[in-house]
Amino acid sequence: MAQALGFFTDTTVCIGCKACEVACKEWNQLPATNGGANTLSGDSYDNTRRLDGIHWRHVRFVEQFTPDRSEGRWLLMSDVCKHCVQAGCLEVCPTGAIIRTEFDTVVIRSEVCNGCRDCIAACPFGVIEISPVSQTAQKCTLCYDRLQAGLEPACSKACPTDSIQFGPIDQLRRRARSRVQQLHGQGETRAYLYGADENMLGGLNSFYLLVDQPAVYGLPTNPQLPSRHLAWSTAFSALGAAVLGLFGLLGLRKRRMEAIAARQEAARV
Amino acid sequence: MSDTFFSAPPRWEWLIIWYFFLGGIAGGSYFLVALLDLWGEPEDRPTVRLGYYVAFVAIVLSGLLLVIDLSRPARFWHMMIMPDRGRLMFKYWSPMSFGSWIVLGFGGLASLAALVALEEEGRVRWSPLGRLRRGVPGIILTGLGGLSGILVAGYTGVLLSVSNRILWADTDLLGVLFLLSGTSTAAATLILLSCWRGTGAAAVQWLSWLHSRTLVLELLVLAALVVSLGSVARIWLSAWGGLLVTGVVFIGILLPLVLHARPRLLGHLNVVAGAVLVLTGGFLWRVVIVLSAQQI
Repeated sequence: MAQALGFFTDTTVCIGCKACEVACKEWNQLPATNGGANTLSGDSYDNTRRLDGIHWRHVRFVEQFTPDRSEGRWLLMSDVCKHCVQAGCLEVCPTGAIIRTEFDTVVIRSEVCNGCRDCIAACPFGVIEISPVSQTAQKCTLCYDRLQAGLEPACSKACPTDSIQFGPIDQLRRRARSRVQQLHGQGETRAYLYGADENMLGGLNSFYLLVDQPAVYGLPTNPQLPSRHLAWSTAFSALGAAVLGLFGLLGLRKRRMEAIAARQEAARV
Repeated sequence: MSDTFFSAPPRWEWLIIWYFFLGGIAGGSYFLVALLDLWGEPEDRPTVRLGYYVAFVAIVLSGLLLVIDLSRPARFWHMMIMPDRGRLMFKYWSPMSFGSWIVLGFGGLASLAALVALEEEGRVRWSPLGRLRRGVPGIILTGLGGLSGILVAGYTGVLLSVSNRILWADTDLLGVLFLLSGTSTAAATLILLSCWRGTGAAAVQWLSWLHSRTLVLELLVLAALVVSLGSVARIWLSAWGGLLVTGVVFIGILLPLVLHARPRLLGHLNVVAGAVLVLTGGFLWRVVIVLSAQQI
């Protein structure tokens, strides 16, 4: 495999300009929401609302202000598919449409997908949705086509503050760790990395530097693979089947015994 | 807060609710009459045949519902064969992949069993089918079909749990509950149809006995499921919970159990009423579990 490539997103330098959303839509020719007649969400400056089939980048705006608004901060974060090393979507896909590329990214092959939507339920981050254009599941491809041509993804290219950094994962992790050190040194002790090691789904190839709890950014604290339920669910079902079968046979035996007793009673009479 | 709140709903709605309902009946029906076929009496034959017909019709409808529910229905075969390589597509660890093969396999076995039943009734004349009814081939067909029936009835609950969706991925008991519910709705269907045709009184007696025990098991597993959900069960402090308690528990389990315990309560309508209540409750269970998990 070629090098593992991905994103390191330093949310402390994001300015919420949404250049990443625009660049992604332009490069991937994704349509505007509702033909351009989008409605305001009422959620700060976020009118994209969530990642879905035609939104593969989504900038979150979290306003944290005191009631009198004298103190506060903005938490800005460009959400995207995490390209998990252990990907739940890939795990469940029944058509093999979801693959891992030579860049260790996770891509949905739209020409294979039949729209069963199991990946949508499997993704712990709620990233995937059916595209209204193709009627297949679609999400960020980490610009697989651009990577194959030796280019960097559209969003990281467009990001004016280098909040979204692209490169080999090990290099990005080193850079991210030293950035956390720098922030701690400056007094921002809440800074930490999310998904930058193997503890979270084997590592996220799109990992983040955050300054608050994951749930504040709409991220799960400890995302898991769907298969964690496979063994016990199957075991309980097998047990249930055994009990049912046993009851069935007991019932037939009971009926036979009663029929024999009834015949003996009738013979005696 | 459970991490499952951060996932997205797959928008499996009424087509899938009906599939869960009919698929459970299909698998449960074959499983029940397979027991009768292997260990029952000669007077059970009409009920055995009825069960295979129900399984066949229900699985065909199920397959159609599944295909129609796909966002790209014409590509349903991509779950069987890789379109780019022409090789077999199978992932045993993915309930969706496993399930698509099980539904296909069970559909074949149910079709065969229905044909064999038709031959037994003399409606189809083809002697190889008669050979499939007896001896070792008959036992193999019945055994394989019964086992696939269990898998069809139970894998759907496992499929819901092998995800990250709220409620579904917060418990390990959906598979066994779907299996029990599939069996009880299948028994109710067979009881109803037998009463309507006026055949198989002895089989109905056995089905009723098994039915009441299955309902008790369902109630116990449902209670265990609510406990296993932990704080996530608060989602059901809502209209969905109301429907769960009234429609699924009261109408679908408790009332039928009362009717089982008091066979003369509704006179000759007792058995039929019990079966209708169970079918209603079984359907409403699938409505609750599928829709309540996708409203967040």
